[in-house]
Amino acid sequence: MRNLITFLNILLLATAFGQQTPASKQIKSVLFVNATVHTGEGTVLYNSAVGFENGKITYVGDSLNLPAFDTVVDATDKHIYPGFIATNSTLGLVEVDAVRATSDVDELGDFLPHVRTAIAYDAESKIVESMRPNGVLSAQVTPRGGRISGSSSVMQMDAWNWEDAIIKADEGIHLNWPRPYTRGRYWLGEDPALKVNKNYLSNIEKLKAFVENAKVYDLKQNPAHLPYQAMKGLFNGTKTMYLHATDEKQIVDGISYLKELGIDKIVLVGGNESPEQLKFIKEANIPVIVSRPHRLPDNEDEDPKQSFKLASQLIQAGILVSIDVSGRMERMYTRNLPFYAGSFAAYGIDKEVALQMITLNPAKILGVEKRIGSLSIGKDATLFVSEGDALDMRTNIIYKAYIGGREISLETHQTELWKRYSTKYNTTN
Amino acid sequence: MNRFFIIGLLLIATANAQDYFPTNSGVKSKELNYQAFTNATVYLTPTNIIKNATLLELNGTVIAVGTNVELPKNTRIYDKSGLYIYPSFIDVHTSFGIQTPKRNAGSGRSAQYQASRDGYYWNDHILSDYNGIEDYSYNKKEAEQLRKVGFGVVNTHRANGIHRGTSVLVALGDPLPDSDRLINTKAAEHFSFKKSLTSNQSYPSSVMGSMALVRQFYHDLSWYKAGNAKNKDLAIEAAISNQNLPKIFDADDKLNTLRAVKIGKEMNLNFTVVGSGQEYEYLAELKQNQAKLILPLNFPEAYDAADPLLMKKINLSQLRYWSQAPMNPAAVAKEGIPFALSTSKLKATSSFLKHLKKAVAYGLSEQTALEALTTIPAKMLNQEALLGNLNKGAMANFIITSGPLFDNETELHENWVKGKPHVIKEHTIKDIDGAYEIAFQDHSLEIEIKNSASKISVTAKQDSLKFETKSSYSNHWLYLTLIDKKGNTFAQLNAKINDQGITEGQGTSFSGNKIAWKAKANEKNEEKNEGKKQPSYHSPVPVTFPNKAYGFSELPKSENMLFRNATVWTNEAEGILKNADVLVINGKIAAVGTDLDAKNAQIIVATGKHLTSGIIDEHSHLGASSINEGGHNSSAEVSIEDVIEPDDIGLFRDLAGGVTTIQILHGSANPIGGRSAIIKLKWGAPIDELLFKGADPFIKFALGENVKQSNWSSYSRFPQTRMGVEQVFVDYFQRAKEYGQRWTNYNGLSKKQKNNVKQPRYDIEMETLWEILKSERFISSHSYVQSEINMLMKVAERYGFRINTFTHILEGYKVADKMAEHGVGGSTFSDWWAYKNEVKDAIPYNGAIMHNAGVTVAFNSDDAEMSRRLNQEAAKAVKYGGISEEDAWKFVTLNPAKLLHLDDKVGSIKVGKHADLVLWSDHPLSIYAKAEKTIIEGVTYYDASTIDSKIEAIEKEKKLIIGQMLIAKENGAKTQAPKKIAKREFTCETLD
Repeated sequence: MRNLITFLNILLLATAFGQQTPASKQIKSVLFVNATVHTGEGTVLYNSAVGFENGKITYVGDSLNLPAFDTVVDATDKHIYPGFIATNSTLGLVEVDAVRATSDVDELGDFLPHVRTAIAYDAESKIVESMRPNGVLSAQVTPRGGRISGSSSVMQMDAWNWEDAIIKADEGIHLNWPRPYTRGRYWLGEDPALKVNKNYLSNIEKLKAFVENAKVYDLKQNPAHLPYQAMKGLFNGTKTMYLHATDEKQIVDGISYLKELGIDKIVLVGGNESPEQLKFIKEANIPVIVSRPHRLPDNEDEDPKQSFKLASQLIQAGILVSIDVSGRMERMYTRNLPFYAGSFAAYGIDKEVALQMITLNPAKILGVEKRIGSLSIGKDATLFVSEGDALDMRTNIIYKAYIGGREISLETHQTELWKRYSTKYNTTN
Repeated sequence: MNRFFIIGLLLIATANAQDYFPTNSGVKSKELNYQAFTNATVYLTPTNIIKNATLLELNGTVIAVGTNVELPKNTRIYDKSGLYIYPSFIDVHTSFGIQTPKRNAGSGRSAQYQASRDGYYWNDHILSDYNGIEDYSYNKKEAEQLRKVGFGVVNTHRANGIHRGTSVLVALGDPLPDSDRLINTKAAEHFSFKKSLTSNQSYPSSVMGSMALVRQFYHDLSWYKAGNAKNKDLAIEAAISNQNLPKIFDADDKLNTLRAVKIGKEMNLNFTVVGSGQEYEYLAELKQNQAKLILPLNFPEAYDAADPLLMKKINLSQLRYWSQAPMNPAAVAKEGIPFALSTSKLKATSSFLKHLKKAVAYGLSEQTALEALTTIPAKMLNQEALLGNLNKGAMANFIITSGPLFDNETELHENWVKGKPHVIKEHTIKDIDGAYEIAFQDHSLEIEIKNSASKISVTAKQDSLKFETKSSYSNHWLYLTLIDKKGNTFAQLNAKINDQGITEGQGTSFSGNKIAWKAKANEKNEEKNEGKKQPSYHSPVPVTFPNKAYGFSELPKSENMLFRNATVWTNEAEGILKNADVLVINGKIAAVGTDLDAKNAQIIVATGKHLTSGIIDEHSHLGASSINEGGHNSSAEVSIEDVIEPDDIGLFRDLAGGVTTIQILHGSANPIGGRSAIIKLKWGAPIDELLFKGADPFIKFALGENVKQSNWSSYSRFPQTRMGVEQVFVDYFQRAKEYGQRWTNYNGLSKKQKNNVKQPRYDIEMETLWEILKSERFISSHSYVQSEINMLMKVAERYGFRINTFTHILEGYKVADKMAEHGVGGSTFSDWWAYKNEVKDAIPYNGAIMHNAGVTVAFNSDDAEMSRRLNQEAAKAVKYGGISEEDAWKFVTLNPAKLLHLDDKVGSIKVGKHADLVLWSDHPLSIYAKAEKTIIEGVTYYDASTIDSKIEAIEKEKKLIIGQMLIAKENGAKTQAPKKIAKREFTCETLD
């Protein structure tokens, strides 16, 4: 016991001041052997090995006839996973919800494709570091608000600054499709009931005017038009349009309109009512970032478990699915991403398929599948070793984690406080 | 005969109040003639009906009614052969002639906490000193609308405030002077749960605050009346002088109706409560509490179902409301609950009769309907001799109808008020529907008249030439204008109609000449009523418990059951038993073991499944209509028990997550919050049965940013700092201590001694705090940072009691040793943090550290979503801090039971404890686990295997009702645009 406490004290001294220090570049090659390997591609390899060198995965396979590695770690009874990827997150953009000074998530204005999250991303956020002990190692960082909120980037979670954190910059633009039905604002004395939005069509018209002007905009125009410029990638396939929509009507109207305009890469975000339009979504070949299972049903009459069933309904229809982490307390809750996948798994999805929703599928949706998303030779060694099933709270106990082969700290502001006070009371559980 | 004369003369002497007024407009004359209405069917009361009767009236009073009434010589006789005479209706709940005041504009960004008035009660919303007569003025237009639908007398009040002062009873006679129209200028006292529009005083900000205020006011009234007060209070004095008046309470909401009824019973105020129109949902409870009601006929309009995408979102409960509301009066009547009917809450007074007939069509007996409009309202106003009947001596207020009142074709002809006529519709009008040939000069026109009895329409043509027509038919005159658009000319015809119908008339021809014309009736058109649409009625869908999706058609019963071969999490010394049996008999756990004898109990094979005791959520805000009373910095006088909302769908969703007991806590708007309610999730059961029997009483306290009002603009309420928060507690506990001493001293006096001293004031708030000091009530305090946690323990210790539970307690780990020493438990979140400044040091290891330091730890939700998966939250204690699975499971079962002092009844699987059980598909801490059955006291309230068929039934029922709505629309019923009503989700920070 005494030794352990001493050890904890040393650890504490080493890490007591602020954010964890980003790990340095991988120098020695590492091989984990005798592990259960969840590839993220739908398969599990038992008693297998994963090795990586210079930040890239160089070996995935059985534990026999292994090539030579600098460090070989026995991972018997342990599980190796690709790092989890959170989509539609706001990590690093707000630190404390109630403190306005810490919020950089929602800019003023309706049409803001030129506004970029990457540069506001706080690489030293205490919330971001708290993702890592749960296996969430990368995230799409997205803006909120307005009709077109801005541009998102994919970031990894161990960096000195935002620039170093970028995996893919400005990969997509986020569109909040107008609402066909709206609630009154009860705090202003309006009827809070949901009714037809009389402005639905005019809101669509405003949106169309903006998007169509952006399409015909001449990049050589002088003076330049920053918002239109930022939209251009949507029309040449270099950027993805993230269509945020929950209602059946929004989904159909939004997808149809964007397709008509010749926008190829469309991803539906939310999609609460997408089971009503499975065929349409499938035929349009649209991936869906589904609302998280930990939310209330939309209607009183709805199946109390519908939010847990949504992913399986879409997957069964052959649609590519990832999990949206937005919602109440979204930033601090993002570390529960593995448990969202686990909750979906409880309602009709194979565990490895559920795992894909937070690994390979988001990597494909975000266009970063060549670098992350599965344990596959040539990809970044962004992975972790867990004591057990990482989709279950009891066994999601991360033992080692790597981003691009760099072994990252699993300590956080929270673990430091834990250790500090455990020491105080002499209880070290 | 003689007797009639004597009574008549007596009445003349008293009725003419203006005898002593000088006259300068002519000679002074006096009306002494009688009026008699003969050959009618007269309803003296709804049960005393005389056919072929004569009604004799003099100066506004009924002199005699019967088949054998001798008429004095000076009697004007009106032959009412074939017609019906009823006492006219009384509306006990109107604002006739009294305007609702405009809302006070408000006073800047910070709330007003003090009363605006001096010399009155401490709360501006108690307007007991207000008298409706101050602002009353007779409104001819409204009076006419009311008379048109049968009313002769209304009780009117100003709809403003919680205590609204007195009302005025008015006869709606246009020709009468006010001196004759006013029957009683202090007819009743009126109440509501809504604050006055004329003051911005914050308190009360919730229904439970309004309820507490009504209670406290009447306690104060008794105390004041007994001469114990040192000050003058004009509001109390007014209420004392009006104490014997009838008391009418406008509840204005489904559950508020029951609340008003209950508070009236409790405080002996005998409230007559204006209902919502949805009383059919709570009949047994209304009856049990001896409700006396005023029912509106505000039947909702069908939804226009043209937008199927929006209709899909409309809740079943909303559709049912349309389907079921018309049977409300019938359902209330069936229970024998007395009620009056009112125009209250009707969109248009003119639709009253239509809705009344609808209520009758949906099962309300005609007799009860009549009583609800005559004798019952009269009795409610203590005017049963004078009003609501046509017995001798009653006020001569009656309506004359073409036939039996509730027949669809029947029309109201006259409405007599105090013996003065108001013609609603002439009943001597001759039906002239039919086809005619009209000839004048060289013209021969074919005309056809339809609907002459109401809105006449006429078509006219000559050969192939059709004329545009304008027509009117009233007072025996027919006017007809024929417009020849081609010829750009017109003709006008007029005729006085006699018994023979249309025979001849005069007019002006198309060429402008004066003409005389003759008419010949063609064959009578027999299908005269065809165009008129009959109202269409649907069959209401059955009421369920509760009356919405997933409600039970019959309340489920307790069953004896044997769980066979389960993994049983006992939470007792036995730990987790594999392949064990649990026997449930009469709602209790009867045996735990292996190979148990089923004893006729239903066997549930649980192989591969886990059986646990039900989850207990120490901190919930589900199932309540209001959460915060933030109008004062202390609101110990309010209670969540007053505002239980048993049909909150959140309760069912919790059941689906294995929750069986919750504590509904007051919010965190103020340092001393309100009393909490501990309920079992008995979905569909009456409110009283939801309350956990034998539970200790609790109260919510709060610390930190919320009570300082840090995160929103409010700067006028003490405290604004943690320093101030401490002083609020010290102040209140000091006062409560002194209060207790005063009462202890007083109660120790002999009867004689008591007569010589003033009785202390009964203060609900102080009573509650005194209970805490006596350790008869227990505190669950919202808390975050270590300084405030420590502070509250020290305040408690100073006053000799212990804090029971710190809830949230996110920095509990920093003072866990002190907490263990104080003996307080910690009910925390598994992993919440970073939502405000005071939780920046919150850590998910908090539960583990406190547990290891010897604190009883629970995980709670404070959240309608998370509460449905508290098993997952418990599992986080395994991840964060390495708590054993068995102990982690106790965080959401046995430990909260301990914190609520209920561990002798629930929280573990032990013989003799309540059979509150959950059968899980998997290890209960597993992310893959699903609650399959949730059982409370042997009753299965949730069974996952039935959900699919329930959803199917919901869809089917919705389709049925939408179909009925479409038919109603087809048949001409008015519709409304659909809108989905959603209950607001409450958390600690919801401000009402």
